[in-house]
Amino acid sequence: MPTVHFTDAAGATTTINANTGDSVMETAVRSGVTAIVAECGGSLSCATCHVFVSEADLPTLEPMGEMEDEMLYGTAVDREDNSRLSCQIRLAEGQDLHVTTPETQV
Amino acid sequence: METTTIPSRAGADAPEPGTATGLLIIGASQSGVQLAISLRALGYTEHITLLGDEDHRPYQRPALSKEFLQDKVGSESLIFRTNDYWIEHNITLVKGERIASLDSNADGSGTAHGTSGTAYHYTRLALTVGARPRLLEAPGAELDGVVYLRNADDALRLKELAPTTTDVVVVGGGFIGLEAASSLAAMGKHVTVLEYGPRLVGRAVGEETSEYFLAEHRKRGLDIRIGARIKEILDDGDGALNGVLLEDGSLLPAQIVLVGIGVIPNTELGEALGLEVNNGIVVDAGAVASDGTTIVVGDVANMPNPVPGAPTGERIRLESVNNAIEHAKVAAYSLMGRSEEYAGIPWFWSNQADMKLQIAGLSTGFDSTLIRRDSGKGKFTVLYYRAGRIIAADAVNAPLDFMAVKQALAAGKSIDPVAAADTATMLKTLIA
Repeated sequence: MPTVHFTDAAGATTTINANTGDSVMETAVRSGVTAIVAECGGSLSCATCHVFVSEADLPTLEPMGEMEDEMLYGTAVDREDNSRLSCQIRLAEGQDLHVTTPETQV
Repeated sequence: METTTIPSRAGADAPEPGTATGLLIIGASQSGVQLAISLRALGYTEHITLLGDEDHRPYQRPALSKEFLQDKVGSESLIFRTNDYWIEHNITLVKGERIASLDSNADGSGTAHGTSGTAYHYTRLALTVGARPRLLEAPGAELDGVVYLRNADDALRLKELAPTTTDVVVVGGGFIGLEAASSLAAMGKHVTVLEYGPRLVGRAVGEETSEYFLAEHRKRGLDIRIGARIKEILDDGDGALNGVLLEDGSLLPAQIVLVGIGVIPNTELGEALGLEVNNGIVVDAGAVASDGTTIVVGDVANMPNPVPGAPTGERIRLESVNNAIEHAKVAAYSLMGRSEEYAGIPWFWSNQADMKLQIAGLSTGFDSTLIRRDSGKGKFTVLYYRAGRIIAADAVNAPLDFMAVKQALAAGKSIDPVAAADTATMLKTLIA
């Protein structure tokens, strides 16, 4: 079972056991992690599921596509080198991922 | 759970089973779900009942015409929240229940009577009942293979019919029609789109964007008929749909006719409560209806135009996810006794084949446009101006343009049209 640790801007961490194949965004939203908004439901249209991936976990992810890269320039909190849209990160069996959520998404 | 079963106040001889709640939200929709979630985030402590007429847990609709139809995502992906979430937040979900009538009191409390025979006593009421598809009026429109696409059962029905279908006629060249047509074409169906009006998506985009989509969809193999008039939907003599006859004499084979010709707001409960109704249920800037207590949110609400700088008194009804969410947040403040006026830049999206359209702002009333096109990258943007200031943009595969315009509008700023004509210039750098 994959696990995702969400740390909010204030430093509080929520750990959620996820389903293999689900996105990080779906995992967050369904369990009520309010720091992920995801207005468009994961169709790569809104840039409101922005996360910062821990440096240690970053190399384990598939590289991002061009649309995601462009969308990241429109996030409410400015992107960093470790920024991703969490709807585009699919969780693999056994994956243990650490992300930080920005102060706001809209 | 705070829900308690109490004897019904109605029904003298055969008491209805009843439940009591603080806030009854009728409509387990995007806006209903958001209202419940926002209230809990704001610290609302009353028990909430979220009631819907479908036999599904509350789910997201946008994928129904796209990823869900094409089996790219399963039904579990559409679910808004886990069951645990609702339980932990003291929100009771009621599925498969329709409210037949309402008894309301002057203080906003009342009783909703479900068709199941259950009475729901509430302290406050919210209507997030959305809209329903406009029905096609044509001979044969009652045939089994004539389908609509608004809810999950519609999509499931379409998926059930798809394997034995080779030809689909889509009636309506709007967002739903074009999204579904693109999905069905990707599923290997031969698809014809009939648009009654003079151009595609006429209600939501300008002429340049309509022309762009017409050309691009035709390039991708969709047969699109502009100005098409249906004479009759035909069956094979045994009641099975087998074609569409147009007034110009063309005969289109079809086993499915998918209708997407707009929606009608579900105002009936509002009317029953005596609320002011005019193209939706009329609400103030805080999402409160004319009785001063009923909360009305989302597609069904006719509200003051939320765009900053819009003419005073101008009203609008918006059909979008963005509005359902943002309007619900404002309504949640109202229920908490805080006055927060709805102000924001409406935005919309529509994914059709490999084209991702994003719309920022409302283009109504524009007097000039500017096109930015990068054919090599498949990017296409129309900027809409009124009196020299930007008011909206349609951006296809151009999220940077979309987001720059959204940011400019939110900041009350504009983007110089002369400088914007150079596609090598990032719009973000022109916000002033």
